[in-house]
This record gives sequence, structure tokens and C-alpha cells, in this order.
Amino acid sequence: MTGIMAALAMRTGRAGRFIWSSWAGLSALFLFCALWQAGHEAYGSFILPSPLATSHSVLQLAGERANWLIACTTVGRALAGFLIASLAGIAAGVLAGYSAAALRLARPLVTLLLGVPPIAWIVLAMIWFGSTNGMVVTTVIIAAVPLAFVGAAEGVMTRDRGLDDMARAFGADAWVRFSTLALRHVGAHVFPALVLALGTAFKVAVMAEVLANAGGVGGGLARARSNLDVSEALAWVLIAVIALIAVEYGLIRPVHAEVERWREAARPWGIKR
Amino acid sequence: MTALLLSGIGHAYLGRTVLDGVDLTVSAGEIIALVGPSGCGKSTLVHIAAGILEPLRGRVLARYARHGMVFQEPRLMPWATARENIAYPLRIAGIGRKARQARALAAARRVSLDESDLEKFPVELSGGMRQRVAIARALVLNPDFVFFDEPFTALDVALRRRMQDLVIAAAGEAGFAALFVTHDLFEAARIAHRIAVMDPRGWGISGERVIPGVPGRRSDRDVFEQVARYLSEDALFRHVNDVDERRLA
Repeated sequence: MTGIMAALAMRTGRAGRFIWSSWAGLSALFLFCALWQAGHEAYGSFILPSPLATSHSVLQLAGERANWLIACTTVGRALAGFLIASLAGIAAGVLAGYSAAALRLARPLVTLLLGVPPIAWIVLAMIWFGSTNGMVVTTVIIAAVPLAFVGAAEGVMTRDRGLDDMARAFGADAWVRFSTLALRHVGAHVFPALVLALGTAFKVAVMAEVLANAGGVGGGLARARSNLDVSEALAWVLIAVIALIAVEYGLIRPVHAEVERWREAARPWGIKR
Repeated sequence: MTALLLSGIGHAYLGRTVLDGVDLTVSAGEIIALVGPSGCGKSTLVHIAAGILEPLRGRVLARYARHGMVFQEPRLMPWATARENIAYPLRIAGIGRKARQARALAAARRVSLDESDLEKFPVELSGGMRQRVAIARALVLNPDFVFFDEPFTALDVALRRRMQDLVIAAAGEAGFAALFVTHDLFEAARIAHRIAVMDPRGWGISGERVIPGVPGRRSDRDVFEQVARYLSEDALFRHVNDVDERRLA
């Protein structure tokens, strides 16, 4: 019981510290808003609507139920692509990390996947699937898989062989060594890659929707563009960013903080706050 | 009764022979110090004996029930607390969480680790404390054989002495046999019943000496004079302190 209380207190403290540290982030955001306002005053509302007008548009859009469904469509597509890409990328990356030959075969493929711009994949996927869910999700997968793959492969390759030997000395078989040692190490490498992949997933999903007019936030953006409604276009961009931030800080970061608890302990006293 | 029998052990890295024809016997409850100049293959031999490496030639016959091992570096999992690190061999053995906690605490007490330190991560512990955790991890399964691979080389002199006392006390209490690799003759003469000297090129064991007295009961003067005698009068120890940097990988 006391153990559970202590664990709860520790996590509450961590969340509290995180929220407190967000003051710095907020001040940066307000600085950005100030620059935005300056741009608005210099070029007028048609080129760049003011931050206030844009937030009004966001509220207006948020007031309609249908728009929530539109945002959820994009989030759903981005998340579906992200999850499939993470699972496939990590699984393939782990295998490649253990087999030097497989990695040598995979490296050029990774370069190829990273080098071809997502826009090219969008065009191909449009031809293959039409303007459907599958087309957006496929494009997201192709854009996000290499990131997860490289993170996982690097993690396996840089694992601590000394720990492996230690586990072997205590009689651990290959599976135990993988599940208790290698996976933890892979996690440390894969999480930053996953954050990057998640951002990519949202960007590519919106881009694919705009190009293919496939509904979602991108569809809203395309409509705002055809109506030359700049403040609505900016509002859709803002909504996409808010959705990304919500997923990153609501899902990825808490999991990361839990897995990497020891890194916080490693920080010198005073910097934790 | 024999606890460990190594016969005709040979090994090579990338075609370069590092060990050949090594025979060594350790009796139950006996601590053998394996000494030799740096780079003569002591570590490789103990890795083979502990089952980490497959020998190219020869046989390892283990007649003990369980072994533990302490490495030169602590080799703790940085993401796990001291308690989880100590309990790791129990986890490998498939023992339940509740029992693991209790046995880890008992092992920590044997090496004088505080209960409050058990929830700390390795980065929060000093070098000596980390090595204590590593020793507790080696003892947590109540092994009847422990491999030590130059465990205290990285510690300062005072700390090394305390760790040696800890091993002597734990061995006296539990009665485990041990193969203790070191290049410090004083350490060997304090801890062991018997010293085996390895050939500088790794071609077998050059010879063995039984150290008079019982570990833990020898006075510092006895140990010092014994080592001085070995170094000045005994030809077996002529190459023990040789260092050839080129052979150190």
C-alpha cells in the first residue's frame, strides 16, 4: 500500500514539475504570437490574419460537431499509419540489428525510402487506392517506417555486450536476454525516433488529404484555400498542430518518462526542476 | 570433492591462440586465485569456465549446483534499481516477484547495503556501492561456486580492502568455492587458499602454491612477507608482474 502511494506521489510530482516547466514553453509561444501579430499589422488581414482572429476561427470550427469528426478522421489516419509503421519498423529493425547481413541489405532501402519525397508516394498511392483512407494511411506508413526501423536497428547494434555476458553467466537464454536487456535498450533509441515519426505521420496525413481532397483536416484546408479564406486555413493548421501535441504529450511522452525513469534520477540535483 | 574441473582448455580469437592446454581443478569450498601477467588469458579462461564462452578445445566439468559471477565492471542494468539488479538472477531462474524482493533484501544485507539504497538507480550509487550491488547479485542465488573476474581492479586501495574482507566473510559464511582472477598478488594472498599461476602466453598453468594459513585469519604481516617471498625466491612468480601493452586489446 505504502509502495503504491509512493509511486503515485512520485508520478504526481513528475507531472507537476512538467506543468511548471511549461511556463517557459508558453512564453516562447507568446513570443511567436507577438511576431505573428507584427506580421499581421505589416501585411494586413488578407495575407496574414491576426492570432486573435485565427483563434476565433478555431473556436468557430470547434463549435460545430462535424468539424470534430473531420479532425478525428485525420488523427485516426495518422495514428493508424503511425502504429502500423512503428510495429513493422521496430520488428524489422530488431531483426536487422541482430543480423549484420540483413542490415547491409536494408540500408540502401532505408536511404531510398527516406530519399523519395512523400509527395511522390502520395501520387502513387492516389493511383493505387484512389482518394481513400487506405491511400492516406499507406503514405503515412511509407514515410514513418524508415524512422522506426533505423531507431530499432541502432538500438540493437549498440546494446551493451557486457550486460549480455553478465546475463549469460547467470544462465539466461537468448529469449530472456532479448526481453530483459535488448528490448530496454532498443526502447531508449526508438522513443526519440517515434516522436519524429509521429510528427511526420501528421504532416504527411494532412498533405495527402490536401492533395487528394480526401476529407479530414487536409480537406478542410483545401476547401478554405478554394474560398480564399486565409483565417480558416490557418485555423485548420492550428487544429492539426493541437492534435499532434495532444497525442505526443498525452501518449508518447508519458510512456517514455515511465520507461526512462532512471534518466531523471541521473540528472544532478537542482536541474530536475 | 571436486567442484570444477577444467581439462585441456584451448581458445583462439580470430585464429590467434590465447589459451592452450589449461588444466585446473577447484575443490568444493576452496578459493583459488588465478594470477598471471596482463593479457595472458585469465579473463578468457574464467569466461569459458562460467559458460559465457564456448571453448575451442577441452572440457569444462561443473560439479556444483549453481554459480554466481562478479565482473571487473559492476555491469548493472542502468534502468533498474539496485533491488531489481540484485534480483536479476532470480528473475532469470523464474522466481516470483514477492520471493525475489525478499531474497534480494537478504542478499543486500549480506554485503552491508542499506535498505534505503535499494530503490536507487546505479547512477545514484558510488563506485564501491555499485560493486557491492554486483556482489549481492552474485550471491542472491546462494551459489556454491562464484567466479570473480578481477572484481576490484577499478577500486581505490581502501575500498578494495573492504571488498576483499567482504568476500572473505561471505565465503567463510556460505562456504562457496571460487575462482578469483586477479593480477594483484597481495589480493590473492589475502583471499585464496591456493594460487595458480598462468603461463604468460596462456599455454597452461605454470604452477600452483598452497598459501599457508586460512583466509581471513592471516595477518597483514604474514601476507606481506609471503608475497615478498614469492616475488624474491620463487621462480614461478617471475613473470607475474610483467606487462606487455601490445597484447592488451
